[in-house]
Amino acid sequence: MAVLSASGREVQQVDWRKRLLHNRTFLGLLFMLPAAALLLTFLTFPLGYGVWISLTDEKVGRGGAFVGLENYGWLFEDSVFWLSVFNTFLYTVVASIIKFVLGLWLAMLLNHHLPFKAFLRAIVLMPFIVPTVLSALAFWWIYDSQDSVISWILIELGLMDETIDFLGDPWNARWSVIAANIWRGIPFVAITLLAGLQTISPSLYEAATIDGASEWQRFRHITLPLLTPIIAVVMTFSVLFTFTDFQLIWVMTRGGPINATHLMATLSYQRAIVGGSLGEGAAIATAMIPFLLAAILFSYFGLQRRKWQQGGRDD
Amino acid sequence: MASVEIRGARKSFGSTEVLHGVDIDIPNEAFVVLVGPSGCGKSTLLRMIAGLEEITAGEISIDGRVVNLVPPKERDIAMVFQNYALYPHMKVYDNMAFSLKLAKVANGEIDRRVREAAAVLNLDELLDRYPRQLSGGQRQRVAMGRAIVRDPQVFLFDEPLSNLDAKLRVQMRTEIKELHQRLRSTSVYVTHDQIEAMTMADKIVVMRDGNVEQAGPPLEVYDRPENTFVATFIGSPAMNMIEGRVQVKNGAARLQAGDGTLLPMPPTAQARDGQPIIYGLRPEHFALTGDSAGVQSKVAVVEPTGAETLVVCDLAGGEVQVLFRERHHFKPGQPIRLDPVAQEVHVFDAESGRRLN
Repeated sequence: MAVLSASGREVQQVDWRKRLLHNRTFLGLLFMLPAAALLLTFLTFPLGYGVWISLTDEKVGRGGAFVGLENYGWLFEDSVFWLSVFNTFLYTVVASIIKFVLGLWLAMLLNHHLPFKAFLRAIVLMPFIVPTVLSALAFWWIYDSQDSVISWILIELGLMDETIDFLGDPWNARWSVIAANIWRGIPFVAITLLAGLQTISPSLYEAATIDGASEWQRFRHITLPLLTPIIAVVMTFSVLFTFTDFQLIWVMTRGGPINATHLMATLSYQRAIVGGSLGEGAAIATAMIPFLLAAILFSYFGLQRRKWQQGGRDD
Repeated sequence: MASVEIRGARKSFGSTEVLHGVDIDIPNEAFVVLVGPSGCGKSTLLRMIAGLEEITAGEISIDGRVVNLVPPKERDIAMVFQNYALYPHMKVYDNMAFSLKLAKVANGEIDRRVREAAAVLNLDELLDRYPRQLSGGQRQRVAMGRAIVRDPQVFLFDEPLSNLDAKLRVQMRTEIKELHQRLRSTSVYVTHDQIEAMTMADKIVVMRDGNVEQAGPPLEVYDRPENTFVATFIGSPAMNMIEGRVQVKNGAARLQAGDGTLLPMPPTAQARDGQPIIYGLRPEHFALTGDSAGVQSKVAVVEPTGAETLVVCDLAGGEVQVLFRERHHFKPGQPIRLDPVAQEVHVFDAESGRRLN
């Protein structure tokens, strides 16, 4: 009897394991575990920790105590913080719009039959390939107050008498870093939109031509609507990259002159690492989250397939 | 409605000439089919009429007006594309209305014309759908509807049925023909399918390698092909071609095939004794004989289709296809005697391929 019941229990145990391994829900969770662990460790934890630090008065080399929303309160009163918010918006909006317009234009040029097409496409990708720090250094030199190549050319051409103080004057500096960001960001927009353009069947343009559409009307009624889904994705990414930009600014101006080019990302770094106020820096970084979420939501709705893209399921 | 004249039209892509001086007359209200194997230049020619390709040399005129330099939208033509080219982001209604909107036609008039065309093509129920939500045949109809609403002088069709399955193709073939009979609009239709060409055309233009091989009414092209290319291209199953030499004996000409078999020739053939020729005979022009008349042959394969029986036979050292309207229950290997109908024989010069009778 005893022997029998023991082996019976064993059978039951094996049964239970087998059943678990055949359970789809359990298997699904099991297989998701590695990815979930990675995401939790490297994404959720730093993000959560950052938010937590923003609620403390932690400094470099000294643990902090929970202070609630005090850091945010300080920021709310801080004109430099509001200046950085303004700068970030100016930087993002102006650079993104120009990157989109120029990128689309470049993509359409490259979509035509051009001589040396492959070569030209490679050239277009150059700004994207060069490490940002390197291109920032190059721009730093181009914008130098004494040795700027732009100033030199303008003076040689007799158009100016003295050098331009690109990075010394607040508004000059703002436009200068925006120009550098545009230069750096165009390839991404252009190449991605080019990929989108190539999915549009040439016969649609021919049909539209026969239907009497001018070049502008073909762009307006064929290219633009068919490109919308890709534009939504590209521009979301472009906005995210621009909004969180750090390298270009930090190398070229460190946020100067007089904070005129401080973006939220650079200000956060300066307060947290350079200035040592981790709590305050974290609060500035956390303040970026709502804006980034808004951009992601924009992408979420932009990414949703248009009615015309799907089959017969909706009416 | 209008006629279209093509005079000495040439087209080169870089240094490659794909059309070598083509002359075609497309009469007013006619349904003309350009047919030929792929790469013969038929689609290029159609696109030249549409204005999508430049004309390298020669002239194309529509309704008496030379259109070489006229942009597509001013040519008053409409085109149905092989892949339909429907605007995927527009509903059926907007696809059809697009050209009228661009032409700034009044909204009421647009609505009237779209609904009229939709009624003709049975698209009434589908006006509110996107192209993705339509079947192949429905998309095809929308593409035609888009052409009809414009009421153009000339309709151009670029292999419009080649993306449809066999059954639908036959059905749409009839629909297009009916539509043409109703609208009486001048139409140019490109296809590689000779059955489509035969069944739909008022006039067939057979093309090969950038040249017109023959043009004329379908049955005339079928009955009197001018060369071996047209003879074998038009007609399915294809015409049998037997090589041999002319043998004149007692004033009567016969063909001596490679293996010595003698076949009767039509009295009209202009051929010398000993001249090498190609002897063409359509599969339906063999008679089955029981007596000593005709030529000895052996059944190789029997392909009954119900309405007809296609028999592949060994004859004169090669294989010929023979089509019987009545049913036969032959066995492979069975000997039969076949009598070629002499007045239906096509005689071609072996060297040039030109017709001799």
